[in-house]
Amino acid sequence: MSKLYSGAEIVFKCMEDQNVDHIFGYPGGAVLPIYDELQNFKSIKHVLVRHEQGAGHAAEGYARSSGKPGVILVTSGPGATNVVTALTDAYMDSIPLVCISGQVPTHLIGTDAFQECDTTGITRPCTKHNWLVKDINDLADTIHKAFEVATTGRPGPVLVDIPKDIQFQKTKYNRPKKEKKLNGKSHNHFKQNNIDELIELMSKSSKPIFYTGGGVINSGPKASELLRELVYATGFPITSTLQGLGSFPGDDNQFLGMLGMHGTYEANNAMHDCDLMINIGARFDDRITGKIDEFSPKSKKVHIDIDPSSINKNVKVDLAIVGDVKTVLSSTLKSLKQKKSKFLNSNKQKTSKWWEKIQKWRSVRSLDYIGSEETIKPQYAIERLYELTKDKDSYITTEVGQHQMWAAQHYKFNKPNRWMTSGGLGTMGYGLPAAVGVQVAHPKKLVIDIAGEASVLMTIQEMSTAVQYNLPIKIFILNNQYMGMVRQWQELLHDKNYSESYTAALPDFVKLAEAYNCVGIRAKTPEELDDKIIEMLNTDRPVIFDCMVDKVENCFPMIPSGKPHNQMILGPKDQESKKITGKGKSLV
Amino acid sequence: MPNSKSAYSFSNKKEKFDTHIIVVWVDNEAGVLARVVGLFSGRGYNIESLAVAQVDEKLNISRITIVTTGTPQVVNQIKLQLRKLVPVHKVADFKREDKAVIFKEMALFKIVGPNNKLEGALKACKKYNPVILDKTKKSNVIQITALRREIDKMSKDLKKFGLVSVSRTGAVAMTRGADIFK
Repeated sequence: MSKLYSGAEIVFKCMEDQNVDHIFGYPGGAVLPIYDELQNFKSIKHVLVRHEQGAGHAAEGYARSSGKPGVILVTSGPGATNVVTALTDAYMDSIPLVCISGQVPTHLIGTDAFQECDTTGITRPCTKHNWLVKDINDLADTIHKAFEVATTGRPGPVLVDIPKDIQFQKTKYNRPKKEKKLNGKSHNHFKQNNIDELIELMSKSSKPIFYTGGGVINSGPKASELLRELVYATGFPITSTLQGLGSFPGDDNQFLGMLGMHGTYEANNAMHDCDLMINIGARFDDRITGKIDEFSPKSKKVHIDIDPSSINKNVKVDLAIVGDVKTVLSSTLKSLKQKKSKFLNSNKQKTSKWWEKIQKWRSVRSLDYIGSEETIKPQYAIERLYELTKDKDSYITTEVGQHQMWAAQHYKFNKPNRWMTSGGLGTMGYGLPAAVGVQVAHPKKLVIDIAGEASVLMTIQEMSTAVQYNLPIKIFILNNQYMGMVRQWQELLHDKNYSESYTAALPDFVKLAEAYNCVGIRAKTPEELDDKIIEMLNTDRPVIFDCMVDKVENCFPMIPSGKPHNQMILGPKDQESKKITGKGKSLV
Repeated sequence: MPNSKSAYSFSNKKEKFDTHIIVVWVDNEAGVLARVVGLFSGRGYNIESLAVAQVDEKLNISRITIVTTGTPQVVNQIKLQLRKLVPVHKVADFKREDKAVIFKEMALFKIVGPNNKLEGALKACKKYNPVILDKTKKSNVIQITALRREIDKMSKDLKKFGLVSVSRTGAVAMTRGADIFK
């Protein structure tokens, strides 16, 4: 007779078989049996966070930067509810997470027991799937299935809720079954004639553009390589969503920069005027499309996505290719080489006028800002940070707000999995714990959280985690004392009624760093900025960098309220002439 | 439009709503109905009626029939979103006008009154295969199977015969002929 294992042991046996090396968690009554077993499984390291939301975002940072699923372990009740924000964040941005939560013993479920909540009920709409395990014999299969669901197709978070009595009960352990097709849900549904049609459209187009998103990153590093090959082979311009940054080199001439609400003038105008839009792994999000009725009116649209429900959800497309980006790109390249081996040369003339137009848009230099010698402009701070770190293969996380957009605009990424930001849900407080997770996955690399002072205070307690595990993350705060993006919207849309967007009592971040037993650095003038950044980079400990920036700088360019791509506000001067009035005000 | 200062753009287009019957085959497991119904409520889709029961004990499959309304784009999304749910095996979609599909709902009517009223009620139901499930001197419980709008009409018409209580199911659907939906 084979050995019997307790439910708690099975949790770790499963993790071993799933090659889990780190879990992020916080103990509590309903998971104590699992925490009891932790010491017996040496290959699995536990990172103790300070709040379960931090565990969730750390797991997200770990997953985004490594391509592996992030694993979370929390207790019942508040443990589970605290992780809901991170699960929702991961669901919106398609990040694979496996969350194991403790639950009160099965005989107490439904009695309003201490630290009981309907965890599977609460997390049902923010996970791909979740399970309440009521029978010890289902436990191993369920956990293996959970990993499979989280990592296949369009990735996302899952949750397994394990009552305490199940953690004590014993049974045999089943190793994971060999990969089976997931209920017919995986994943390549395209045919060769779809690819042929795509190539036909590409060869006819004189104003093409690639519009790429997080799907390229999620498809793995190979997908980014193939994307580069395809973009170089076609000579087409390419723009990327916030989540797709890094899949194509940010400093390449064919790259038009990010598109969308705070995207570049050239990217948004090219999207508006193109005759062929090839969407690879993006989802026509409302921050991208602007006013949907006037979105890219004259183009044929191709949508490559692994999730059939993304097709025609927001924007109707002419050609849908449902499949994994990597597979689709590799088929496309193969066919392109076979059928149109001289594509680039034959195409150059056709697209030359288009490129001329793009150069004109480029010459507007929409990311320019008015510099200052007295105060640090936030854009300048990011530029200097980029210049001083670009040779270091650094990993950047962000919080949410102006600083996030400035980072996306001014920090250039050349590799996938180097950029971790909360896009879909827009979770303030994401970046610091995410940086913890990234540093856990890449202990030797430089990890920087580009932060705002308001966001970072939402999860500042995770500095304590960073110190405990010697994770030398750098928290680079663009401190303008305002919730900057809120302030910007209030200025532009709400008659400068700065209602509650100023933080009147901020902590002294340098002293705060010292209190956490890490290093605090402050920069007040542009003159001292470089030296201070270098000091930060030379510090092999966690650092909180308090960068005092211009308090009222706005993030431009911007597609204003209810406007299409070709009507952007470019900067402070342009703002006067394109004042948002009347109906537009209600639209944003 | 009121000056709502929302962060999103509004569509001013009024599109035509169609009625569709969506049939979903699911694993009969805890919470599966909540997943399906939660998907509808969470994404703002309508449910006009709902019928659900296990149909295959051995394979543990339940069949959920949902009557919904929406624009073609919304109905398409409903199908695609349903197919993403892990316990969902297949999803069928029929238009209400579809002649190749049978739709039926069942209703129970309780009529209380003198004999002539009870008989009148029964007579009024004649078209819809009425079955008397319970009979006393003063009351009848009549079962009919019919289309939604027919039952709507009967619920009104029977008032004058002493209708005191109505209980009705959601629609169920099945294709005509020898073929089954795969």
